[in-house]
Amino acid sequence: MIDMSLPWWGWLLMGVGLVGFAAMLVVSVRRNQGIKRSLFASPYTLWMIIFTVLPVILIAYYAFTDANGAFTLDNFRNFWDSNYESNKVILDAMGEAGAAYISRGTVNVDTLVYSLWMAFKCTAICLLLGYPAALFMADRNMKLGSTLVVLFIIPMWMNFLLRTIAWMSLLEDSGLINALLKALGFEGVQLMYNSGAVLLGMVYNFLPFMVFPIYTVLNKMDFRLSEAAADLGCNSWQTLYKVVMPLSIPGVISGITMVFMPSVTTFFIPRMLGGGNTMMFGDLIEAKFLVEGNWNVGSALSLIMMLLILISLSILRKADPNGEGGGIA
Amino acid sequence: MKKMLSVLLLLVLLLPASALADEVVNVFNWEDYIDESVLEQFSEETGIKVNYMNFTTVEDMIVQVEANPGAFDVCFPSDYIIERMIKKDMLAEINFENVPNANQTIPYLLNPAYDPENKYSVPYLWGTVGILYNTTMVDEPVTSWSIMWDTKYANNVFMLDSIRDSMGVTLKSLGYSMNTQDIPSIMAAKQKLIEQKQSGVVKAYQVDETKDKMVAGEAALALVWSGDAQYAIDLNPDLAYAVPEEGTNVWVDGMVIPKDAKNKENAEKLINFLCRPDIAQKNCEYVRYASPNAGAIDLMGEEYTSNPVQNAPEELLSKCEFFNDIEPAFLSVYEAMWMEVKNTK
Repeated sequence: MIDMSLPWWGWLLMGVGLVGFAAMLVVSVRRNQGIKRSLFASPYTLWMIIFTVLPVILIAYYAFTDANGAFTLDNFRNFWDSNYESNKVILDAMGEAGAAYISRGTVNVDTLVYSLWMAFKCTAICLLLGYPAALFMADRNMKLGSTLVVLFIIPMWMNFLLRTIAWMSLLEDSGLINALLKALGFEGVQLMYNSGAVLLGMVYNFLPFMVFPIYTVLNKMDFRLSEAAADLGCNSWQTLYKVVMPLSIPGVISGITMVFMPSVTTFFIPRMLGGGNTMMFGDLIEAKFLVEGNWNVGSALSLIMMLLILISLSILRKADPNGEGGGIA
Repeated sequence: MKKMLSVLLLLVLLLPASALADEVVNVFNWEDYIDESVLEQFSEETGIKVNYMNFTTVEDMIVQVEANPGAFDVCFPSDYIIERMIKKDMLAEINFENVPNANQTIPYLLNPAYDPENKYSVPYLWGTVGILYNTTMVDEPVTSWSIMWDTKYANNVFMLDSIRDSMGVTLKSLGYSMNTQDIPSIMAAKQKLIEQKQSGVVKAYQVDETKDKMVAGEAALALVWSGDAQYAIDLNPDLAYAVPEEGTNVWVDGMVIPKDAKNKENAEKLINFLCRPDIAQKNCEYVRYASPNAGAIDLMGEEYTSNPVQNAPEELLSKCEFFNDIEPAFLSVYEAMWMEVKNTK
């Protein structure tokens, strides 16, 4: 029962996308890059246009229009003042007397700041935990290294929603950990329904994204370099500090990016492990779309978040200009 | 010629069966909200084929019905959505000569505010919003919404992450209407909900997770819909359900026929069939909500009437309210206030 009808501007955007795609093909042939090469890329290019470029254009369209499709900046005013709409209604209904009930709503800004703070903490913890793990995994003298790699990958075979729900049944007051504590005669402790549990869920889910980029860089590194450092009189700490760490920076940058991005946009984890007591920006956007049905404000919030991520990416890119850590940043 | 004939035959074979059977009815209902054997029985008795489709939220349903005119013959929206559909002129008047069983509807649900003359809808199932509590953790009788604010139950209360429901019971506890558009009343409710959160009573704001967590004994008190309460009580006999004396929200899911339905008479036949006492009984016993059907209630007898979860006492119902459809512009006040509650640290 999917409604396949598109508004006129939807068809227009599709048309623009397809014409752009055709133009790209023509240009690459003209530049003598050979038609074959670009043809191989065409399924991916088409995929990108339909599922990345078009949606972003649609989000931008909704962010700058109201429910009737007319141009407006109100959605961004809504971001700054989450009571923007309701204040108007209150003044309409009560006139002068309504002034006492009006205030700037800080919900959206607060939530964004909170999300950035949580993402920062999550990234820092992942780095502290992930770097030593990557070192162990890449160490050729460690027989456990490759086993560790497999152990890190196996949980990723499962969907992250399921893994988060599994954490729930561990941490609940009536969950496994508390049942164990009580069986041993201890008092139960409340582990869930707070931001600590949310942070735990985030670190657990995003840690592999920190470990693997660092591991890849360390694994590719010429280990004779550290042997040479040892020959020249470095002890093992100095080797780590002066040789290995600087060479692994691209992996670290890539890892930070890959953890920070999904951390800022996290949703579902705060609802499951935090009991909905603290919203993150992803939850807020979800609520705008699914609960309030306000696609325009939801799109404006999404756009602001995309912009923030873009800015942090360009800052990180400065630290890894050659894209050695996989070029994600 | 022979070739032509065989091609034609093939074409006929390829036509979907529904296009050949002249009698169909397209039904659009909530997920898991009917005993499906009832639909087979309907097809057997009438020869009408049922195309059965599901939705998960009424907001989604109304979008689908608007986008696909003529696709649905019977829908099952909630009360305030029926009101919105009537306002939008989306519903056909039901010809009650074809639905004689509609006279089984209990008097309490007749002439509701959302359909004052009973012209567009017939109640299907109904229920209340109330407090599900664990009797091993709550000793006192649950008679007032104020128990949800009692710091004795610190960190032991689940609220519904649903704007109209959580705001509604708070308004009710303050003595206001759940449908109020009076700004000071709404502000007072917001303040009360913020106090509830800051006092540490609330353990979580959630919707679908509540019933299973209550079964597991995760909290003492929870705001729930009566059907979820019945589900939980069936699984954990320590649980009980109470509707506070201040009153609550009563909701009804009705059967309606969209204006552009292609099989209106079949739709009326199906509605009439679902109102037949033995069929209404089957659905009520399967879905566990309250039945609006006097005949079905008679058939279920003592087991149903003595169950306060399903059969709310009448003096209580007189204090309850239906939700009215609040227009989107004003709803933004409710939404903004609820967001401030959620944002409280």
